[in-house]
Amino acid sequence: MNTIRRYLGLVWMLLGPALFFLLLRTAMQEMQASPHIDTRIQWTVFLVVFFPISIGLMIFGLYAFRGEYDRN
Amino acid sequence: MNHTTSRRGIWRIIGASSAGTLIEWYDFYIFGSLATVIAQQFFPKTNPTAALLSTLATFAAGFIVRPFGALVFGRLGDLVGRKNTFLLTLVLMGGSTFAIGLVPGYESIGFAAPLLVLLLRLLQGLALGGEYGGAATYVAEHAPPDKRGYFTSWIQTTATLGLFLSLGVILLTRHSLDPDLNESIRKFNTWGWRIPFLVSIFLVLVSIYIRMKMAESPLFARLKSEGGISKNPLKESFGHKTNLKMVLLALFGATMGQGVVWYTGQFYAQSFLENTCKVNFDQSRTILIWAILFATPFFIFFGRLSDRYGRKWIMMAGLALAIFSYRPIYRQLLHLSTPPAIAVSMGITETPLAENSKRITLPNGFAYTETNNSAPQLTDKHLDPGSYRQAVLLVFLQVFLVTMVYGPIAAFLVEMFPTRIRYTSMSLPYHIGNGVFGGLTPFIATLLTTMSGTDKLVGLWYPLLVAGICLVIGTLYLSNETDPNVKD
Repeated sequence: MNTIRRYLGLVWMLLGPALFFLLLRTAMQEMQASPHIDTRIQWTVFLVVFFPISIGLMIFGLYAFRGEYDRN
Repeated sequence: MNHTTSRRGIWRIIGASSAGTLIEWYDFYIFGSLATVIAQQFFPKTNPTAALLSTLATFAAGFIVRPFGALVFGRLGDLVGRKNTFLLTLVLMGGSTFAIGLVPGYESIGFAAPLLVLLLRLLQGLALGGEYGGAATYVAEHAPPDKRGYFTSWIQTTATLGLFLSLGVILLTRHSLDPDLNESIRKFNTWGWRIPFLVSIFLVLVSIYIRMKMAESPLFARLKSEGGISKNPLKESFGHKTNLKMVLLALFGATMGQGVVWYTGQFYAQSFLENTCKVNFDQSRTILIWAILFATPFFIFFGRLSDRYGRKWIMMAGLALAIFSYRPIYRQLLHLSTPPAIAVSMGITETPLAENSKRITLPNGFAYTETNNSAPQLTDKHLDPGSYRQAVLLVFLQVFLVTMVYGPIAAFLVEMFPTRIRYTSMSLPYHIGNGVFGGLTPFIATLLTTMSGTDKLVGLWYPLLVAGICLVIGTLYLSNETDPNVKD
C-alpha cells in the first residue's frame, strides 16, 4: 500500500499544474470570447484562488512521493 | 470527560457555542439566499444576468476571504485564547449584517452602494473564517475522548440550521408584509428584504451575552499557564513540514470533498430548482427547508457513529455515495419539473396574464406560466403535491450525504493538530475546503451550464471531479484511527 501511496504522489504532483493549466486556458478563451469586466473579474478570481491550491497539491504529491504519508 | 467539565457543564458549553455559530451562519446565508433581490437593489439593472453574476461574485468574495479570516482569527485564537477570539468574530459578523440592512440602494447613492455591500460582505466572510474553528476547538477541548464526535456534531448542525433559519425568516417576512400576497412580495423586494438583516442584531446581542459568561478552554488555559502557547502559530502551522503535511492531507483528503458535497446538497440544489427547473421562489425554498428538517438529526447520528467506528470511512462513504447518486438525483429533479403531457379535454385551466403570456394549471395541481416569444418558455412552476414530495425526498438524500461527510469532520480535524496551533491549523483547510471549493460550487456549476448550453446537468462535473479526487486521496492516505489524546 505504501508503494501505491508513493507512486500516486507523482500523479498529484502532475495534477496540480495540469488542472491549473486547464483553468488558465479556459479563462483565456472565455475572456477573449467575452471581454466584459464581469468576465475578467470572475476568471481572475478563479486563477488567483486556485493557483496556490495547485501549488499545495504539488507539495502534497511531493510529500507522498517521498513517503511522508507511509504507514508502518 | 475533562475533570473540570461536568456533564451539565458540557451541555452549557455546547449550547452557548452552537447558538453563536448558528447565528453567524444565519447572518452569512441571508445574503446568499437573497442574491436576486440584492442584485436589483445594489447593482446596475442594465443586464439582469450581469447583476446576478455580480451578486454571486460578491457571494463568492464572501467565501474567498474566509481562508484569510481563518488565518487572522486562528492565529489570534492560538495566541490569546479561543473564547475572546470567537466573541470578536461574533461582534464583527453581527455588525456587518446589521449594516448591510442599512445601506441605501444603488438608485440613492450610486456606486457607493455596491461598494459598501461588497466591503461588508468581505467582513462577514472574514468573521466566519474565524468562528467555526474556534467553536469546534472549544467544544472538542471540553469533550471526553469517547464522545468527541458526538459533542462536536452539535456544532456541525449549526451551519445547516443557520440556513434553515435564514430561509424561514425570509419566507415569513416575504409573506407577512401585507394581507395581499402579491403586495407583500412587492414590499419585500422593495424594502422588506432588509428586515432579516436588521433582526440579526438582536440574535447577536443575546449570543454575545451568553458567550461573555463562558470560561476559556481548559486545555488552552493550562497551556497558557505553563507558558506553552505558540509564539508564531502561522509559522508553526505552515512553515514546518510535520504540520504542513497534515494541513495538506486534511484539505485534499477530507475538507475539499466535504465542501463540494455540502454546497451541492444545500445550495446548488436550491439554485438548480429555481434557475434550471424554474420552480417558483417559495417551493424551491420550502423543499430545502423540509429536507434540512428531516436530515439534521443525522449530523448527530454520524458524529456519534464516528466515535465508535472511526471518522474516515463514514466520510469516505458519504463522498462515494454522492459521486454515484448526483446525476440520477438531478435528472429526476428535471423530470419532476417538466409538465406532464395531458390532453386539453382533461381539464386544463388557462388564465391569460400579459401579452403572449398565460398561466396554465393542470388537473393534478401542477401549474406554470407559459410565455410565447420566439420559443415557448415555462417559468414560475408550481409542482403538484406528488412531485413536490419526491423533490423533498431527492434533496433530503443530498442533505443526508452532507451529514455523513460533515458530521464527523470537526472531531477529525481537532484530532489532527496539537493544542498550541490547533485553531490556526484546522481553520485553514476547513475554510479552503468549504469556502473556496464548496462556496464556489453553485457559481462554477452555473457557469459550466452557461458555457455548455444544452446539457443541464453539466454543472455537476465540478463537484463530481473534486469529490472523486478527494475520495481517492482520503481513502489511501487518511487513517481511520481516532486520536484519544487532544491534550498534546
